[in-house]
Amino acid sequence: MAKDINLEKVVTPGQLVRKRFLRNKLAIVGVFILLGMFLFSFVGPVFSPYGEYTMFYFTAEGEEFSSEDTKGYDPAGSGVTIANKQFPSRTHLLGTDKDGRDIFTRLMYGGRISLTIGFVVVFFQITLGVTLGGIAGYFGGKVDNLIMRLVDVIYCLPTLPIMLIISSLLIAYSIPQTQKIYWLTLVMGLMGWASVARLVRGQILSLREQEFMVATEATGIHPIKRIVKHLVPNVMPQLIVVATMGMGSVILTEAAYSYLGIGVPFPFASWGNMVNVVSDTIILREYIFMWLPPGLCILVTVLGFNFVGDGLRDAFDPKMKR
Amino acid sequence: MARKTAEQREAVKKMREIAKSNKAVMKKYETEKKRKNVPASEYQTTMKNPNNILEIDNLHTYFYTDMGIVRSVNGVNIEIPQGKTVALVGESGCGKSVTSLSIMKLVRGPSGQITNGEIRYNRPGGAIDIVKTPIKEMQTIRGNEISMIFQEPMTSLNPVFRIGAQIDEAIKLHRPDVKKDDVKKQTIKMLELVGIARAEGVYSCFPHELSGGMRQRVMIAMSLCCNPKMIIADEPTTALDVTIQAQVLELLRDLKDKIDASILLITHDLGVVAEMADYVVVMYAGRIVEQGTSHEVFLNPKHPYTIGLIKSKPVVNQVVDRLYSIPGSVPNPVHLPNHCYFKDRCDKADGRCNSGIPELRNIDDEHKVACHLYKEGNK
Amino acid sequence: MWQYIVRRICIGVVVLMGVSMIIYGLIRTAPGDYVSTLTSSNPEVTQEMVDRLNELYGLNDSIPEGYAKWAAGVFRGDLGDSFIEQKPVAEVLSSKMWISFWMAFPAYILQILIAIPLGILSATKQYSKIDYAVTTIALMGMSLPSFFFAAILQRIFAQGLGWFPLSGMKTARMDYEGFALMLDMAKHLVLPVMVLTVLGIGGLMRYCRTNMLEVLNEDYIRTARAKGLSESKVVYKHAFRNTLIPIVTILGGMIPGLFSGSMITEGIFGIDGIGNTALTALRGGDIPYIMGSTLFMAALTLVGTLVSDVLYGVVDPRVRLK
Repeated sequence: MAKDINLEKVVTPGQLVRKRFLRNKLAIVGVFILLGMFLFSFVGPVFSPYGEYTMFYFTAEGEEFSSEDTKGYDPAGSGVTIANKQFPSRTHLLGTDKDGRDIFTRLMYGGRISLTIGFVVVFFQITLGVTLGGIAGYFGGKVDNLIMRLVDVIYCLPTLPIMLIISSLLIAYSIPQTQKIYWLTLVMGLMGWASVARLVRGQILSLREQEFMVATEATGIHPIKRIVKHLVPNVMPQLIVVATMGMGSVILTEAAYSYLGIGVPFPFASWGNMVNVVSDTIILREYIFMWLPPGLCILVTVLGFNFVGDGLRDAFDPKMKR
Repeated sequence: MARKTAEQREAVKKMREIAKSNKAVMKKYETEKKRKNVPASEYQTTMKNPNNILEIDNLHTYFYTDMGIVRSVNGVNIEIPQGKTVALVGESGCGKSVTSLSIMKLVRGPSGQITNGEIRYNRPGGAIDIVKTPIKEMQTIRGNEISMIFQEPMTSLNPVFRIGAQIDEAIKLHRPDVKKDDVKKQTIKMLELVGIARAEGVYSCFPHELSGGMRQRVMIAMSLCCNPKMIIADEPTTALDVTIQAQVLELLRDLKDKIDASILLITHDLGVVAEMADYVVVMYAGRIVEQGTSHEVFLNPKHPYTIGLIKSKPVVNQVVDRLYSIPGSVPNPVHLPNHCYFKDRCDKADGRCNSGIPELRNIDDEHKVACHLYKEGNK
Repeated sequence: MWQYIVRRICIGVVVLMGVSMIIYGLIRTAPGDYVSTLTSSNPEVTQEMVDRLNELYGLNDSIPEGYAKWAAGVFRGDLGDSFIEQKPVAEVLSSKMWISFWMAFPAYILQILIAIPLGILSATKQYSKIDYAVTTIALMGMSLPSFFFAAILQRIFAQGLGWFPLSGMKTARMDYEGFALMLDMAKHLVLPVMVLTVLGIGGLMRYCRTNMLEVLNEDYIRTARAKGLSESKVVYKHAFRNTLIPIVTILGGMIPGLFSGSMITEGIFGIDGIGNTALTALRGGDIPYIMGSTLFMAALTLVGTLVSDVLYGVVDPRVRLK
């Protein structure tokens, strides 16, 4: 019986996309990278014996204790030193940083922050972009012109200087460190919606030109319903690709901000601000374990998103037969 | 719902099998293509009839797709006599274009492959089998001895090169001994030959500056510039409007006589066939259903499909309530039935039609039909 | 054509006004005594300079009035004086941009030389091992954080092997002249150029590949084959000439951007270009320079898109700009 089923009737377009995606080896690698990174960042901390801010000290006798488990010692006591810049060991798999915190644990928390910011910012960008792009494309005329000029403006704004100005403003208004992350995501979202808006607007405009839209008009279906119904399948694949690739680029940007000290603020862990220590040439030379792992984490995670995004783009494109 | 998921699972499994077997098959053919230094003896052959320029024998061209094997050309035999015009007729998707691309070895790999059959070409230096001929050798034949006119004049010319340069290129390639100035002269002569009035001006135009009809003329000039022995015209007039159509056909016929070439004319327009062709081959779902002299086929069509085709052509000066159309549609090329492919659409079908796929049989000297309703020699 | 350019420039001016409004607005949202707190820490800043700043930027006026004043100044070419450099901003910009250019230009050339051949190779051999390798390299380049890659290069080539200096533009203690000076500066530029090259190469490579694949599917490529041309002629003459159209367009659009510098790379390697000076200005509260350089960068982005659009019309015989 199995020999005679008519594939064209049974197989859905979604299945075809999935199959093309699964055939792309790089995309599969990307999926595994991302899965690993999610587990590492979100499940990992559960198994970690230390917390994000736990600091480690040595007593005068050389016994190690931490700020969470003081073992009866006083961190401020005499002869107590901070257990910083320790080389990787059994207790600290990747050593400790210059303030005596466990690097391996901080990597997990850093991943949590990076991935969360990535999600939130991309979600924000897409929502804003789809809404404004949709309005521009649907109403056209003056509204369209206004929104598109706004898009041009956003497009031309050099993000890094703006971010630096905003960060010094935050300092001037003495915004607490804990709130800075929200500002960071907000600004990143506001700066990144322009390309999504362009995409959605372009799709709507080309849809309006197409004959099947005229046909639906003739049948009297409500315009918004029409647009939504035909727009979604046309623009969804591209949006998914943009969102995936966007996750990677947001993580990269956030890392750069954190590296410059205007992103995720201390004492929160972030891969970007963990690499920041390389500005100290001695650390750059002697303590590779302090900056190489977070840098690799950024690289691998962003690469994962790019692999998956690239694979999705190929899979969605019916022309990319193989 | 449960049944559906079971079916879906089955489909996924099947698709995996298809992908696996496709990969192996495509690899086999592609490595075969990559072989270097194929000795000439491997593709030399002899013509069945030395008066033919081309003999297509049992040609199979398959496309290995994710959905299964598409049997685009499934055992086709065509003979093209020297200096004659053969028309290949059928509805879209019946394998006409793939047949012509197979002759040029231009079927897009790796999914499209010629899997079986011979295409014997009567080369002046000795007949060869195009299927086995390496690409390197084909490059001396393409555009030189066999040339092709494509269906889409709007997109078939390279937009960034001037018209003149594109024709010059072909002449320079196949006639390296022609001097540079003479190449240009020759090109302009060709442009004039296809009826372009200001050939000098068109020589330095870009394709987008010309109309569709002009571009098709340029395409024809390009394909004729090396005096080919055979011209494959793949729906040369479909994209053009009616007045231009007539001009282009007229032109092709004149030129054919001038350079004494044979033409394989691919079309779905029966009017064109009647006007141009000496022989007609009717294709349906990758197979030939009827072939013969165009006189015979037009006046005395046998196969129900041919009859349907002729009936569905509008005739001037004749009042009909409703134009005839053949009911139903072409069978799925992946899952071809094991009875006559036309049976489900045929108004004359009866019990005999379930007994296997009908062979092409001579019902007359110059007339063959593949239908269970006709017996050998039986009019 | 000229009409088109003039119209685009007019739109550009409007967009720049939008950009400047945002920047000006951001600066003005700072608390009232922001300027004095910023400038008080810098002993070089005299009261006279602060007065001039207040005058030019209309910091004593309401926001719209102040903006009008500032915009009028910009139209006269007066961007104010940089606090740090003690020179007119326009002068500083015009000298620094060449430093940025000479760092970015070699990277630009290298990108072209590497990315185009590799992109085309991977398109002609789609889904082969070479294609996978090139794709992986390209996506890696797109996923690398610049600061991290710079740190690795510094660690290996400057600290480890000692081939190139760690940072700076020339060896301070040597008074090289003429050719020796050029050689010395070239040596200092090697690592930053490497960073810029590797980071930019991925995108260009992917772009070439996608465009080449698209062109190879066109009907005229089949025509070229049917003419009897060899495969290499088909690819390198017929397909390549068509792929060049979008590539030249995008490459031309990149040229203005070569002057805008890159903050992070310049900052890490201590290259005294636009980016690095902007970074110092942002950290040191050099408001005139911040506004001047941000506007400059935005203008360069605009010029870039204009150049690429105009080039498109020049290179592609089919396009006539209106």
